[in-house]
Amino acid sequence: MLDARRTPNTLPNAPGVGFKPAHFQGLTDDPGPAHWIEVHAENYMGDGGRQIAQLRALSEQFATSVHGVGLSIGGAQDLDADHLARLKHLCDWLKPDSFSEHLAWSTHGAEYMNDLLPLPYTDATLAHVAAHIDQVQDTLGRQMLLENPSSYLAFDDSTWSETEFLAELVRRTGCGLLLDVNNVFISATNLGTSAEAYIDAYPLEAVGELHVGGHAEDIDDRGAPLLIDSHGAPVVGAVWTLLDRVLARTGPRPVLVEWDNDVPDWPTLRAEAVRAAAALAPA
Amino acid sequence: MKRFYDALLDPVLPAPEGLHDGTGAVAGKRFDVYRNNVMQSLTDVMRAGFPAVRKLIGAQNFDLVAGAFIRAQPPTLPIMQRYGDGFDSFLAEVPQLAHLGYLSDVAGLEQALRLSYHAADCVPLDAARLGDLPPEQLGAVRFAVAPAVHLIPSVWPLYDIWRFNTEDGAPKPQPVAQHVLITRADYDPVPHPLSPAQGAWIAALMAGETLEAAQDAAGAVDPACDIATPMALLFAQNAVTGLITKDPA
Repeated sequence: MLDARRTPNTLPNAPGVGFKPAHFQGLTDDPGPAHWIEVHAENYMGDGGRQIAQLRALSEQFATSVHGVGLSIGGAQDLDADHLARLKHLCDWLKPDSFSEHLAWSTHGAEYMNDLLPLPYTDATLAHVAAHIDQVQDTLGRQMLLENPSSYLAFDDSTWSETEFLAELVRRTGCGLLLDVNNVFISATNLGTSAEAYIDAYPLEAVGELHVGGHAEDIDDRGAPLLIDSHGAPVVGAVWTLLDRVLARTGPRPVLVEWDNDVPDWPTLRAEAVRAAAALAPA
Repeated sequence: MKRFYDALLDPVLPAPEGLHDGTGAVAGKRFDVYRNNVMQSLTDVMRAGFPAVRKLIGAQNFDLVAGAFIRAQPPTLPIMQRYGDGFDSFLAEVPQLAHLGYLSDVAGLEQALRLSYHAADCVPLDAARLGDLPPEQLGAVRFAVAPAVHLIPSVWPLYDIWRFNTEDGAPKPQPVAQHVLITRADYDPVPHPLSPAQGAWIAALMAGETLEAAQDAAGAVDPACDIATPMALLFAQNAVTGLITKDPA
């Protein structure tokens, strides 16, 4: 278990934005309330070129968060040592204020599926995930934050609730949590549970970062609502309301606006950051 | 997880057992969300990486052949800017596309553009350094070439075909063989057309041959080959990073 005091998460309790290269100029010229940026680790593993240069430049102006999407922490198989080494290389030169990954898997054998796949919550998966988190934190020499998934289905085998599973991981590994409020709303809608009850049961004291983002609406075979975590639309009112519920208990925390697909112009994303700032400093 | 995984890439397989929708009903279409996410995200990666191939065969055909590629060669790295390497060889083996002989080379060009974009930065060498060498040593010199530099040999008018399919109003391809040199002076990779002899010259230099050996290689293709133009191009595009005057052995 990691001594979290050694490597505190140093993101400011302010709005941040998921960085997209199209926003480089707008963001640097007129960041508005955006005080920090988050990048997907796997997009910054090239040897050089514009993307790395932009990230170096941004890190002079903004606090940074490295958000991994490809480590497959939730998988049963060993973590990919090469990939972990690439993450360490990135964290070593960028010295980000936070590193986070997902409670999900994406690799089977040698193949990588480029999606965040779900896992059952059992004693066995708990042991795997805890061991993987220990390995990540030991390798990177820092605390990591673990993000809750957006769920479209549930496993018959699960014996833990998601909030209990996350709380137990925090207890065993000393990791922090990234609470994606949009994912809570999506999962609750899709699985017919209460988002508010999830937040109330969630170990909020471990939260180092919050995410909000947009989703798409669909229906399943039986006509029930099925929300898809698209990150391609504005944040809906119900998610902002849920964020308020979280912040009322945690106090100000770093809040990230995610918009990864159908990326809008900078003023549109900036307006979402302004909305997040309002949530952080209610009148 | 194996059953979950197998069903992701195989739309004919039923959704795995042991999944429910939260209320106890079988997951059904909900599993398809993961299937769709995987295929959609990887197809998007392919579309972004191969715009000229897509233009050449049409959006619908592209999605079909990209889907076949994804099922045959799923990613083995979580780094999506690398996914699609090998699409050129894959296309060369698709019988329905055999009539487009140049398609594989166009894919190779697009792969190289992407590799170049993410290649390491380096400090270019001033062309004047070449003039500092005693003339009798010039033939024995080797060039250190920037990692962002790529060469795609072709028997097709590759540069013209690529340009015609990526640039509005570009001239129609003419029936000449063009090798394509990719350089990256700062952050943007730029393709340049070369004659086969010029291509042979640069290929030899990139393989670590001496200037003299490179000249011989070019002369073997075309004794009247113009070397001055590609030489000037290499230096103007920051493609040379060093001169090696000692034999590597």
